[in-house]
This record gives sequence, structure tokens and C-alpha cells, in this order.
Amino acid sequence: MENTAVIFANRNFKLKSVNAKKFALWLFIVSICMLFAGLTSAYIVKKSDGRWLQFDMPDMFLYSTLVLVLSSIAMHWTYLKAKDNSLKAVKIGITATAAIAVVFFYMQYLSWVKLVAQDVFLVGNPSGSFVYIFSGLHLAHLIGGLVFLLVVFLDTINYKVHSKSMLAIEMCTTYWHFLGGLWIYLYLFLVMNN
Amino acid sequence: MSITDIQVTDEAVHGDDHHEEHHEQSFIFKYIFSTDHKTIAKQFLITGIFWAILGGGLSVIFRLQLGFPDMNMGFLQPFLGDWISNSGKLDPEFYLAMITMHGTIMVFFVLTAGLSGTFSNYLIPLQLGARDMASGFMNLLSYWFFFLSSVIMFISMFLSTGPASGGWTIYPPLSALPQAMSGSGMGMTLWLVSMVFFIASTLLGGINYITTVINLRTEGMTFRRMPLTIWAFFITAVLGLLSFPVLVACVLLLVFDRSFGTSFYLSEIFIGGEALPNLGGSPILFQHLFWFLGHPEVYIVILPALGITSEVISTNSRKPIFGYTAMIGSILAIAFLSFIVWAHHMFITGMNPFLGSIFMFLTLIIAIPSAVKAFNYITTLWKGNLVFTPAMLFSIGLVSFFISGGLTGLFLGNAAIDINLHDTYFVVAHFHLVMGSAAFFGLLAGVYHWFPKMFGRMMDEKLGYIHFWLTFVGVYLVFFPLHYIGIAGFPRRYYSFTNFDAFSSFVDLNSFVTVAAIITFGAQFIFLFNFFYNIFKGKKAPLNPWNSNTLEWTTPRVPEHGNWPGEIPKVYRWPYDYSKPGAEDDFIPQTVPYHKTKESNTDFENEESKKE
Ligand code: HEM
Ligand SMILES: [Cu+2]
Repeated sequence: MENTAVIFANRNFKLKSVNAKKFALWLFIVSICMLFAGLTSAYIVKKSDGRWLQFDMPDMFLYSTLVLVLSSIAMHWTYLKAKDNSLKAVKIGITATAAIAVVFFYMQYLSWVKLVAQDVFLVGNPSGSFVYIFSGLHLAHLIGGLVFLLVVFLDTINYKVHSKSMLAIEMCTTYWHFLGGLWIYLYLFLVMNN
Repeated sequence: MSITDIQVTDEAVHGDDHHEEHHEQSFIFKYIFSTDHKTIAKQFLITGIFWAILGGGLSVIFRLQLGFPDMNMGFLQPFLGDWISNSGKLDPEFYLAMITMHGTIMVFFVLTAGLSGTFSNYLIPLQLGARDMASGFMNLLSYWFFFLSSVIMFISMFLSTGPASGGWTIYPPLSALPQAMSGSGMGMTLWLVSMVFFIASTLLGGINYITTVINLRTEGMTFRRMPLTIWAFFITAVLGLLSFPVLVACVLLLVFDRSFGTSFYLSEIFIGGEALPNLGGSPILFQHLFWFLGHPEVYIVILPALGITSEVISTNSRKPIFGYTAMIGSILAIAFLSFIVWAHHMFITGMNPFLGSIFMFLTLIIAIPSAVKAFNYITTLWKGNLVFTPAMLFSIGLVSFFISGGLTGLFLGNAAIDINLHDTYFVVAHFHLVMGSAAFFGLLAGVYHWFPKMFGRMMDEKLGYIHFWLTFVGVYLVFFPLHYIGIAGFPRRYYSFTNFDAFSSFVDLNSFVTVAAIITFGAQFIFLFNFFYNIFKGKKAPLNPWNSNTLEWTTPRVPEHGNWPGEIPKVYRWPYDYSKPGAEDDFIPQTVPYHKTKESNTDFENEESKKE
């Protein structure tokens, strides 16, 4: 119909200030923060209520946390390589990030196995259930992150990621670091409160 | 992941994509899977109307039970089937199912999705001077998630075990244990699934609204020049973004309790003499999480209605809104405070009385920004050249309900009084006036006011007046008596009171309320006729039927995709220049630059005009 050109000409003019996509990503992150803020507050409220099972967090959670930090470093390296236009390095970087994330998945699973060995089950005292819920929900968000990585990977193959087109990988990096930070928060929260 | 789906981009490439899609827009993409904000708004409106009829219909049926407990309801058997016994009695469990569905439908589907979904979608781009929402695709998803959620909730009403029945607040353990009541089985499961999609829809919509307001304002549309409607929608979306994720947390733990056997909300429960294995949980935890959403939710419902009212009252008083800055300030204050008062719904849960008085204090503070808003509406009306359009009447009605319902909030906010009044009909009266009726009136005011823009035709004013007076008087006749019934101690959510001698003197009052409710409900059909008939047959609307200042009235009679055929208009002034001293007309649209209105400019505006 009429004037589609005008429509987008006008949009361009306004979008120069803040990028709407990036902004929306930040809002999405805010909503995830509220989700976990709600859950961790629930943890504190429940704990102050008594009938609370005390147990030690398996060391495996510490190791997995370090692994996740490693994947964030890999992601950042990838991002810098994209800025340099070294697409091959970008592909390697994304693959490495994802691979480390898969290791993280496995280590979280091992932590659960350790918990079970300590007689802390999903079904039982809420103090244990919360650990499973926190880590499980974090993993669910990480799956989203993996899908995002895949998208960026495909973009890279199609030469859509380079120093002049950084939006996708920038957003992906933001989200990935956020997930890393989120887990560190959850881990520290659990260690300090248990 | 929703993030990857956002469509807006400043790359030119995207414009081309869109171009193709544009030419071969088939019926399906134009009217069903449309990404145009105006179409999506209408979809939300029509779906909301559907739910409102259903939710209202349910209330009439359970009012019959309360008002005429001995009545033979056999005539409802064709609709309700086995829920009516052969002797013509309503099934007590189905009574609970109906009040639960009524609450859920009204709070979430009508007054959240129907109100914000319609008017945020419709007005944000039009009043800000944008071609569309930041992401048409997310907007489309937002509607269709809502649709899916609606379908699931609708289906749940036809289960043989009945839909969820534990009240719209779905407190465990009732909602957590399928053994507890028949509605807590499959009905509750579908309720939860439906709400998950509902929340997804709200979040997608909200992210979109916020992004659009921040990024897509036209040139000159500073925050200080935004209409109060937009301010209200904007803050509402922020509230939703912050509170709905907490409902997700709340519901998630409930799902785990129901389906995986965890004990977040359950402890030491005996059913039929047998102990359940769950230990260590607490149902109070649920209430904390629920009301952390639940209280902001009531403001998510009312703020858009207040925004619409600001716009309608100012336009039809032919006066600038009184205290524009104070209005914004009070919206922000209400939004902030609404996050720290949730425990006023929990005064009788055995909370520490000291904590109770803190929440009492915070709760009563909310009365201040609320009163500021009420005061500003009245002062805007004061000595205005009032034009009583139906929209104006409904807005004034809103102000009336907001005040009379807000006053009872002050009683309830006092822990000592609330211990008596909690869970009685007094609470029902309070929130039906301050939230239910007020927000509903805001919705109606919005429809009457923006109908000419939405459909390019006019609604019938006379029918509008009849609709208004019947509804306005009806609402008071229905809800005012409930205060007395509540003070007398009637608990809410009871199937019948005939077994309590103490309440026998209220039988007539209850019948009276029921009759008033039926009349009020009936009056809504006048509106429905007026609405649907005039979509097709109404008088063609002029471009600016209410002589309004905002940008939506600068579009063609029926705006196409993209809203303005030519360039997007620029904005030079705030939207409330009504009856400005010295000006030729009694309104100056936002698109008129200061240098064209020398006769009415202030010194400051003359300075500004040099920069234009
Ligand atoms: C002056 C401001 C207000 C105060 C002090 C106030 C106070 C309260 C209190 C203390 C309760 C709990 C009563 C109980 O369950 O025992 C309550 C219930 C409620 N209020 Fe208000 N309120 C105010 C304004 C509002 C507004 C503006 C809305 C909606 C727009 C609203 C909606 C509700 C709803 C929906 C409930 C009942 C929820 C339920 O249990 O189902 N209130 N209010
Ligand atoms: Cu509240």
C-alpha cells in the first residue's frame, strides 16, 4: 500500500538513539531477575519459618560455577573476534562456548546426583527442593541461551556477523553474561544461606 | 526465545521484507494474524467483550443462588447440565467454581488483557506518533498467547469435574491437592496452564509497550508532552513486567507441589484421617508470593482506566488537566508503593503485629496519591465547559466509584478493623467499587471515546446515556448494600446463608441486590447493540469528533497500516491546551507550533517558538 518507504525512513530517524531490540532484551532480563528475586525471597521467608533441613552444598556446584565463568570468557573472546572480523575464530568461539555450557549441564546433573547421595531430594523438605528448582530453572534459561548461540552461529555462516553488524552477537553476549551472573548469584545465595 | 524474534531493526533491508508482505496482504494476514497494532487492539477488545459477557453471566447465576436460595433453577439445566440437580438446586461445588471463574475472568481476561491490551495497543503508537509498535511480531504473539490462554480456560469450564474452584487467588492447600475438591483436579491444572500463557502474553505486550514509549516517540514528543493516557499505560506495563514474573515463581512452586510431590506450600495435612507425606512447607508462603503480584495487579487494572479518564475529562471539560505533573507523580508514587503493601491482604495470617503495623502504615500512604488523582479530576471538572458525551459520563462515574470504593480501603487498611472485615462482603463491596466498576467504567469510557477512530463511525449517544444511567445507578444498588451485609459478618464465598439465623434479616436485601444485578447486566446489552450495530451502520465519524488535541485525531478517518499516509506529524506542545486564554479556538492540537499561536503564547512559549 501507500508509502512503505516513508514508514521506514521515519523509523530510521528515530531509532538512532536507543536500539529497540537491545532495549527489549534488557527488559526481558529484568523480568527474569524478578522471577529469581521472587524465588529467592520465597526461600528466605520459608527458611525463617523454621522446619528447615540443613545440609552442605556439594563441591560440584563450585566446580560447575567455575566452568560457567569459563564459558562466559569464551563468549567474550568470541565477541571481540567478531569485532575484528575474524569469522573463523567466531565460529570456533561459539562452538567452544556452547561446548563448555554442555559440560556445565552435565556437572549440574552430577551435583544433583551428589545431593541425592546426601539424602537431599527434590521431593522432601523445601530447603532441598529449592536447590533443585533454582538450578533447574537456571538451566532452562540456559537452553534459551544455547538456542540464541545457534542462531548467531547460523548468522555467522551466512556472513551476517561482522564488525559492522554486531547487534545479534552483542545481544547474545549480554544474555550469556547475564546467565553467568545469575548463576553466581544463585550459588552464592545458596551457599551463604545454607 | 522471544528476544530473537523482535522485528524492529534500523537496517534498510528490513523495509524491503515488509514491502512484499504488504502488497499481497490476504484476509488472514490483514484481520487474523495481523501485526498492525490497531487490528490487534480490536482483537483484544472483542475477546475481552466475549469474556465480560461470560463473566457477567456467571455472576448473575450465583447472585440468583444468593438472593433467592429457594429458587428452582431447573431452567438453567440446558446450559449447566448436571450442575443443576433434578430438584432444581445449584451444585454447591459448582457455585465455588463459578465465583472462581468470575474472578479470574474479570481480573485477568477482561480488566487486564481487555483493557491494557486494547488501549495500550491502540493508543500508544497513535498518540506518540509512531507507525506501529516496536515489534509487530511480538505484538501478534502477545495476542495469540492470550487467545490460547482463553481457549484453555474456556475448555476448563466444560470438564465434568468442573473448572478451578478455590477462588481467583487459588490458595493452597485447597488448590494444591486434587483430593481437596473436584475443581482442584484437572480444572486447576488447566487454570495453571492457561495462566502461564496469559503471563507470557502480558510480558510480551508489556515489553513492547515500554520499548515503544521509550524509542518511537515522534519528534518533539518529550516525556513532558506525553498524554496522561500514555503515562498510565507505560507505568502499567512496568508494573506488569516487575510483578508477573513473581506470579510465575508462585505458580511454578504450586505446579511442583501438585505434580511432583514437593512440599513448598504443604505441611502436616490430614485427608480422611490419613496423613499426607508433605512436611515443612507453608501455605502462607504462597500468599506472600501471590499478593506480591496480586496487589500491583489491582493497579495494573486501574491505572489504564485512570489514564483514559484523564484524557476524556480534560477534553470534555475543555480545560487543561489540573496538575499534570502531580498526575504523573501520583502514578509513579502509586506504582512504587504498590510493591510494598501486599501484606495488607494477610493481616489475619498470624503475622507479627509489629510487621502488620508497618504494612498498615504503608498501605494508608497509598491513599495520598490516590486522593491527589481524585482531587485533580474534580478540579479539572470544576467550572469547565462540560460536554456530557457518554465517554465523559462514564469517566465521571469512574471518579465517583474510585472515591467511594477507595474510602472503604482506608477501613480495610487498618489491621484492627480488617480482622473483623476480612473475607466478608465488605471486602467484596470495596474492590468491586474501586477496582471492578471503576476500571470497567474506564474501559467503557475508552470505547465510547475512541470508537470513532477505531471504526470510523459514531456510536449512538442516546443509547449511551441510557446505558450509562442504568449501569451507574445499578452498580451502586448492587454494591452499596454489600457493605452492610459485610459489616454484619457475611463471609464471602459461601454457597448459602439460610442455615444461620443471624442472617435471616438480610434475605430481602440480598434479593434486592440480585434484582439490581440482573438489571445492570441486562443494561449491558444496550451497549453491545450500540457497539456492534454501529461498527457497520453508524454515522460516519468526522476527523476530530471531540475537538481533541492528541495526535490520533490527525490521522485519516480510518487509518491504514502505518497510521499517517504522509509524514509523521511533529509535536510542538503538550496535549492539554484547551480554552487557552487569547486563542481563537478552545483547543490547540499538539501539532500546532508556537509561532502560529502568538496571540495565546506565554513568554516562555514565545521564547520556545524562536527555536522551532
Ligand atoms: C485507599 C487505597 C486502598 C486501600 C487502603 C486498600 C486496602 C485494601 C485492603 C486492606 C484489602 C484487604 C481486605 C481483606 O481481604 O481483608 C483490600 C482488598 C482489595 N483491594 Fe483495596 N485498597 C485500596 C485501594 C484499592 C484499589 C485502587 C484497588 C483496585 C484498583 C483495590 C483492589 C482491591 C482488591 C481486588 C481487593 C480484594 C482482593 C481479594 O481478596 O480478592 N483496592 N484493599
Ligand atoms: Cu492490595
